Amino acid sequence: MTAAHTGRPLPRKEDARLLTGRTRWTDNIEPPGTLHVAFLRSPMAHARVGRVDASRAREMPGVAAVFTGADVADEQGSLPCAWPVTEDMVTPPHPPMAVDEVRYAGEAVACVVARDAESAADALEGIDVDYEPLPAVLDLEEALAEGADPVHAGAGTNRAYVWPFSNGDVDAAFSGADVVLTRRYRQQRLIPAAMEPRSVVCRPEEGGYTLWSATQIPHVLRLMLATVTGIPEHDIRVVAPDVGGGFGSKLQVTAEEVLLLLLARRLGRPVKWTETRSEGFQTTHHGRAQVQDVSIAADADGRLRALKVDLLADMGAYLMLVTPGVPLLGAFMYPGIYKMDAYAFTCTGVFTTTMPTDAYRGAGRPEATYAIERIMGELAAELGMDPVELRRRNWIGSGEFPYTTVAGLTYDTGDYEAATDRALELFGYHELRAEQERRRKGGDTVQLGIGVSTYTEMCGIAPSRMLGELNYGAGGWEHASVRMLPSGKVEVVTGSSAHGQGHETAWSQIAADRLGVPVEDVRVLHGDTRVSPRGLDTYGSRSLVVGGSALVRACERVVDKARAVAAHMLEAAEDDLEFDGGRFRVRGTGRPSATIQEVALAVFAAHDLPEGAEPSLDSEAAYDPSDFSYPHGTHLCAVEVDTETGAVRISGYTAVDDVGTVINPLIVEGQVHGGLAQGIGQALYEEAVHDADGTLVTATMADYLLPSASDLPGFTTDRTVTPSTTNPLGSKGVGEAGTIASTPAVVGAVVDALRPFGVRDVPMPCTPERVWRALQEARQARNGGEGR
Amino acid sequence: MPDIRVTVDGVRYDDQVEARRLLVHHLRRLGKVGTPVGCDTSNCGACTVLMDGVSVKSCTVLAVQADGSRISTVEGMAADGAWHPLQTAFHRRHALQCGYCTPGMLMAASDLLQDNPDPTEAEVREGLEGNLCRCTGYANIVAAVLDAAAEMRADGPAAAQAPAGRTPVGGGAA
Repeated sequence: MTAAHTGRPLPRKEDARLLTGRTRWTDNIEPPGTLHVAFLRSPMAHARVGRVDASRAREMPGVAAVFTGADVADEQGSLPCAWPVTEDMVTPPHPPMAVDEVRYAGEAVACVVARDAESAADALEGIDVDYEPLPAVLDLEEALAEGADPVHAGAGTNRAYVWPFSNGDVDAAFSGADVVLTRRYRQQRLIPAAMEPRSVVCRPEEGGYTLWSATQIPHVLRLMLATVTGIPEHDIRVVAPDVGGGFGSKLQVTAEEVLLLLLARRLGRPVKWTETRSEGFQTTHHGRAQVQDVSIAADADGRLRALKVDLLADMGAYLMLVTPGVPLLGAFMYPGIYKMDAYAFTCTGVFTTTMPTDAYRGAGRPEATYAIERIMGELAAELGMDPVELRRRNWIGSGEFPYTTVAGLTYDTGDYEAATDRALELFGYHELRAEQERRRKGGDTVQLGIGVSTYTEMCGIAPSRMLGELNYGAGGWEHASVRMLPSGKVEVVTGSSAHGQGHETAWSQIAADRLGVPVEDVRVLHGDTRVSPRGLDTYGSRSLVVGGSALVRACERVVDKARAVAAHMLEAAEDDLEFDGGRFRVRGTGRPSATIQEVALAVFAAHDLPEGAEPSLDSEAAYDPSDFSYPHGTHLCAVEVDTETGAVRISGYTAVDDVGTVINPLIVEGQVHGGLAQGIGQALYEEAVHDADGTLVTATMADYLLPSASDLPGFTTDRTVTPSTTNPLGSKGVGEAGTIASTPAVVGAVVDALRPFGVRDVPMPCTPERVWRALQEARQARNGGEGR
Repeated sequence: MPDIRVTVDGVRYDDQVEARRLLVHHLRRLGKVGTPVGCDTSNCGACTVLMDGVSVKSCTVLAVQADGSRISTVEGMAADGAWHPLQTAFHRRHALQCGYCTPGMLMAASDLLQDNPDPTEAEVREGLEGNLCRCTGYANIVAAVLDAAAEMRADGPAAAQAPAGRTPVGGGAA
């Protein structure tokens, strides 16, 4: 292979349509005769649903039909949860439309089908629903208390599951330690907020249905739609056209997808629904929402002994596709890059009367990384040690790989020293520490804080065997096929389903290198179960390491087939051929050669093939990785905190990431930038807030603060490269790294700025008010202490 | 229903519209679906277009208010078979990922550069704060706008209208 394209910052192929407004969003699709759907949603977080009277709505102009939950109760089934994490997990029924009880504000109770979206929305006013309010259940600890109001009366408990893990003698390690620190961290509830709202179009056709959806998972969705509705899988075609971001929020099987399929079947007409943004904020799954009790034990010299994590995870009202599994993806990451003797983890999943949580960028791993990196900062402060030095004393040395952590994962490669040294240099760490000291001594009203995050994560989800051990309902392989067209052009079909990641470009680069064809000669097809029938889709930083590896394998098979034909064409033995830059040559001779594109034409003509050879070079492969991949890196954040107003400004951010072999550095850097923005968003800006009744009060973009260009800093980025050994590309995932790393770096910096005042935590998001309050409380505590 | 006449990307459209219909929904009904809807509170800016040369969020304008006006959308940005310098710079700088905010971002940026042909980084960030992107972290968007500004200044004030200095459609920097 000549790696002419690997590592090249090729601008993306998909840009042309996106830059000129020729994009195919689901909301741009409208088959002739389409009817539009609007949902009537519960204004209450928890209520019995009494009489639903739609008679006025049915008479309103343009209305074709109205359905209540009761109308579809016999056929709507229950939305799936694919991850029963324990055998005794409580999995309540989850009807797509509520029939007798609603359990979060925004849950659908009826829908109108009309000639246009406006008529459908208008007719919602003509549906009368009698609600009998029930108590909202919002606080995780109160939900678990004896006698708590139940979210699901039939379940008898708000505890969905308890999932424990432990390794080593944690109690002995804690009792023998010089220093023990305990902290509680709150992972606020977040709204993923992909820029494209969810949208679904379903068209009944001869022999089945085509369902277009703004989804990350067309293949999983097709299987789940068949399972839920009983419609045979081969009668359902799912298309994910251009999809405008997901971040996990479109890794879901939604009520609306199931219901539109049922409406299309009932009415025999195409139907369409696109969420409004405020509807989406209420009803597209949320992320994070955990309470973390973390204890760490160490020796006086900073060597870690053990870690204990007790987690309460807010499931919301129902268990959706991977809701219960999200915290467990973090379970293995709490020890981070550090060596220690013992580790204990318990997660309790808790039902509340809120929108269900599920995967959001990082899914469990940002929470884990936040906890360990924050408490490492606290431990460094407790020991009076530089936080980088504390990490050096505990991390896995570059000579110690492969290393099996206390959580049971085997990290194959890494070089934490190299990434950290590079980050310290780029950031100007020592100069900034000196500046910090100057400001502290000078009593400057604007203090400087420095946050450190030396993270790793497990991604490329995932080896099917490990998913099986975790009781996940599917595998973690990916599929690719390569079609050699007679003219030598190449069609790559991938089971990955990009929604902004640039697979059309990166996959073209991989195929161009492996086949030795011009990158312009490759077209990548994806996101349509009829075009790409096999796949497990895009999430968990898996596409390149798993889907890209499947493509490598498929390309190798094409070359193997072509080699046999080339040997025949060149009248040589196969073993005597070398393949480089797309050309087969007889080794060590000046004899004629043949390009793989010439071989493709010869195979198409099939006039003179070797004995027994099939007239096709086309090949496919399904790839299952041997292990996760473990990207890592060192992120350093500098913040200026105005101690009079509480305002925080990021004055510097340096990220040095090691994501193994890079196919397209332009795309990788973009993924890092975007990940940082979302991690910084959690640290400083974003929070989904409910009032005491369970109403989401941050249900619009005016209330939920997504960072804008003027809120974010520029980023200094660089990379170190230690190739992964768990896939043939040597790549590690990059989609979630920035989000995982950045939140503790930013909050750690805020706390570091205020530590001389006695502040040791600011709850997220660190708004000016919260920073100011933390300062006042710390000052009052000090003054009170002095007065006694 | 009121009759309105709008010219969109150089093509005249005469229609009857509901008085309550927003300009963005009118554009999309005309088949001009290159302009997407990203929110319902006028925060995201995905639907930004130019109305008589000035950027507006087309969800904050009623279709009837646009009667008689000239609307420019992302679909008309490339002219005479060549990309606008902003489109080229967004491509080169990888200033888009999912692309949903891109139409609005491009239109807002073109208005910004009309007002201020030589902005600082801070001015670009402030000028685009009404346009949200969830994918890029804005760094490459800001860089692209600064690149395009430099190119447009070098090509003179006519660059945005004239084919000179433009990259052929689909050509990009590859």
